[in-house]
Amino acid sequence: MQSLIRRLRSELFATPADAVISIALFTILAAAAAGFLHWALRQAEWAVVQVNSTLFAVGRYPIEQQWRLWLLTTLLAAATGATWGMLRAHPRRDRSGQLWPRNDRLAVAVLIAASLWVPFALGLTPAIQLRWWLLTALLVAARWLAGRFGAGLPPALKRLLPIVWPVLYLVGMVLIGGGIGLARVAPAEWGGLLLTLLASSFAILLCLPIGVLLALGRRSDLPLLRWGSVLYIEFIRGAPLITLLFLGQNILGFLLPGGLAPDRVWRAAWVLTFFAAAYLAEAVRSGLAAVPRGQLEAARSLGLSSAQALRLVVLPQALRVALPAMVGQFISLLQDTTLLSLIGLLDLLGVARSVMANPAFLGKNAEVYLTLAILFWCCCAALGLGSRALERRLDPHAVPSRV
Amino acid sequence: MSSPRTATSPRRCCRRLLAALGVGLLVAGCRPEAVGPQSPTIARIRQRGRLICAVDGAVPGFSTVASSGRYEGIDADFCRAVAAALLGDPEKVDFRPVTPAERFVALNSGEVDLLSISSTHTLSRDAAGGNALSFGPTFFHDGQGVMVPAASGVRRLADLAGKPICVESGTNTELNLADRMRELGLPYQPLRFQSGEQAYPAYEQGRCAAITSDRSLLAGKRTGFRNPSAHVLLPELLSKEPSAKVTVQGDPVWADAIRWITYALFQAEESGLTRATVAARVAEARARPEQAELRRLLGVEGDLGRQLGLPNDFVVRVVKAVGSYGELFDRHVGPATPLALDRGPNRLWTRGGLHFAPPFR
Repeated sequence: MQSLIRRLRSELFATPADAVISIALFTILAAAAAGFLHWALRQAEWAVVQVNSTLFAVGRYPIEQQWRLWLLTTLLAAATGATWGMLRAHPRRDRSGQLWPRNDRLAVAVLIAASLWVPFALGLTPAIQLRWWLLTALLVAARWLAGRFGAGLPPALKRLLPIVWPVLYLVGMVLIGGGIGLARVAPAEWGGLLLTLLASSFAILLCLPIGVLLALGRRSDLPLLRWGSVLYIEFIRGAPLITLLFLGQNILGFLLPGGLAPDRVWRAAWVLTFFAAAYLAEAVRSGLAAVPRGQLEAARSLGLSSAQALRLVVLPQALRVALPAMVGQFISLLQDTTLLSLIGLLDLLGVARSVMANPAFLGKNAEVYLTLAILFWCCCAALGLGSRALERRLDPHAVPSRV
Repeated sequence: MSSPRTATSPRRCCRRLLAALGVGLLVAGCRPEAVGPQSPTIARIRQRGRLICAVDGAVPGFSTVASSGRYEGIDADFCRAVAAALLGDPEKVDFRPVTPAERFVALNSGEVDLLSISSTHTLSRDAAGGNALSFGPTFFHDGQGVMVPAASGVRRLADLAGKPICVESGTNTELNLADRMRELGLPYQPLRFQSGEQAYPAYEQGRCAAITSDRSLLAGKRTGFRNPSAHVLLPELLSKEPSAKVTVQGDPVWADAIRWITYALFQAEESGLTRATVAARVAEARARPEQAELRRLLGVEGDLGRQLGLPNDFVVRVVKAVGSYGELFDRHVGPATPLALDRGPNRLWTRGGLHFAPPFR
C-alpha cells in the first residue's frame, strides 16, 4: 500500500503541473465512465440483444438443426481444453514448467465467470444456461486431464494429436453444412458470428499457404513465376476489397452457367482468401528478406536439397519474423468480414443491420453496435493473445518466465 | 395442390408429336395457348421447388429478420404470396438479402427470380436502352417528404425559408430538395451529411429545422427518436417514388404473373377478401353460380390463372397466405405498428388512393 502511494505520487503527482494534468485527465475519464455506465445500466434497452441473441450467434440457422452446432461447440471445447493442457504438460524453453501458471488460473476464472454471467445476462433459458456451464466445465476438465496425464501418453498417440484440429475443422464443416447423412443447411442460412468466424477462419487457413507460395514466387529466379506473383499481388493490392467482393458476387453469375457458380457465401470466402493472400505474401516476403543468405548457403552446403533447406531452415525463421505482421493481417481479415454485409450476406454486421431495422427494435443502434464491438474485440483479442503466446514459444532466445 | 398445367390431352398430343418427330421445337406448333404460357423463370422455379426472392433485409416494415430468423415485412410477404400462388406453399421461399447497389445485377444474372425490394419505377430502369427491367404495378407509393419538430410551428415547405435542412449528400434526395426550393424561390441552408446515421442524430439534436428523405424512411427513423410524437411529416411531397416489384425483361410471362399477383392483392381488398374469410367466400362462390365475377376471381370458373401460367385458384392461395393488400399494410407498416404510416396514396382507388386493379376477366 505504501509503495503504491509512493508510486502514484512519483508518477502522477510529481510536480504541481503534473498534478493538475492528472486531476484533469482523471476527471474527464471519470465523467466519461460515469456517463457510459449511466447509459449502459439505466438508459440502454438490452432487450434487443437478449431477444436476438440466437440471431447474432448463428443467424437464420434452422432451429431444428442447431444441435449440430452445439455438438461442434462441445468438440471444440474439449479439443481446446486438451490442447491447452498438452501444451502445459510439455513445457518449452519459455515456460517455467508449471502446470497451472498464474495466467492460466486467471483465464479459467475469467472463463467461468463469463460462462456464468453472459448466458444469465442474455436471459437464456435455464436449459441453455446449463449447456454453457457444462461446456465450460468440459473445457476446464479437458485442460486438467490433459495437463495431469498428457505427459504420460505414448509417443505414437502424441504425434497424432496435432491432426485433431484439421480433422475437427473438416468435421465442423460437415456438421455446419450437412452431407454424409445430415440434412443440408444451405450457406444462405448461416449467419451471425457463425458466418463471420467461418469465413474468416477459412480465409486465414487458406491464405497462409497461398501467401507463402506467392512470396516464394516473388523471390523466385524464374521470370514467369516472379512476374506472375508480382502481377497478382499488385493487382489485388491495387483494388479495394469491396470491389473484389462485388466482382465475385456478380460477375461469376454471368461467367459460369447457372448452378455451376459456387454459393455466394463460398464466393465471398474465396475472395477474402485471395485478397488476404496477396497481403500475407508481402508479410512473408519481409520475413524471407530478414533471413540472411548465409543460412540458405549453409544449409545447402550441409547437403540439404533446395526444398529441404527452404522447409527446414529458411521458412521457419522467416515465418517467425513475419508472425506479428501476419497476425495483424489476420485480425484485419477478421474485421474485413464485415464487408460481407455490404454484399447482402448476414454476417455479424449484416444481422445487426437487419435487427436494427426490425420495427420492434428501431433506434437501438447503440446497444447493437456496442455488442458487435465487444464480440469483435473478443475475437481479435483471442487472435492477438494466441499469436503472442506463439511468438514466445517460437522465440529461440526466450528466457523462462514466471507466468 | 392442383396441377397448374393444362389438361393432359394437348400435352399427350405434344408428346406423341415429339416422339414421332424427335424435334423439341415442334412444341410451338401444338396450340401453345392450350399448353399454357412458357416461361423459363417459372419452369426454373417449379423445377427447383423454391422461389428465390431478393429482399433488402434491413428496411423497417418492408423486410427485416425477426428474432426467430424469419423474414418479415410487406416485401417479404409478397415473396410468400408468389410462392403460394406458384408452388402452393408460402414457405417455399429462399430469401436472398441483396443490397440496392447489386439488386439489378443479381436479377439479370439469374441469381434471383424476383426483386421484392423498394425499387422506384423510372423510365431509364424500365427502358430497353437503360437497365432493361420489367416493373410490376406500383406496389407502394412513396415520396420524398420533410419532417419537422411539431413544436417548431412549421406547417408548410414555405415556412422553412432561410432555415437549415438536414440532407444526405450525393443523393437524389439532395437534388430533389434543391430543385423544389429553387422552384419555390426559397433560400435555405442545406446541412449535408455523409449518411443517415449522422443526419438523424443531428436533426434530433436540433441542428437543423427539418430533415428530408423518403416518407416511409422518415417514419421509420422517427420511431427511434426519444419522443417520436414530437415530430411531424409535412404534407408536401418533393418527389414521387413509386416502388414496384421487378423481374427480368426477357420473360414477359413471368412479369405478367407477378403483375397479376400484385393486382390480386389489390382486388382482394376491393372485393373484401381477407385471410380469415377467403375460405368462406370460396364456398359461397361455389354455391352461388350467379356470382360470376367472384367465381372468376377465385378460380371457381374460367381459366384466368391458367392463362397466366399459374393455378386457377391463385388468388385464393395468395390471400390465404398473406391476406389482402390492406391486411399486409396494416400488419407491417400501418397505424398499429411502430412505423405508424398513413395509407395515403396507398389506399384503394375506391377510397381516394392510387391502388387500382384492372378487371379480372
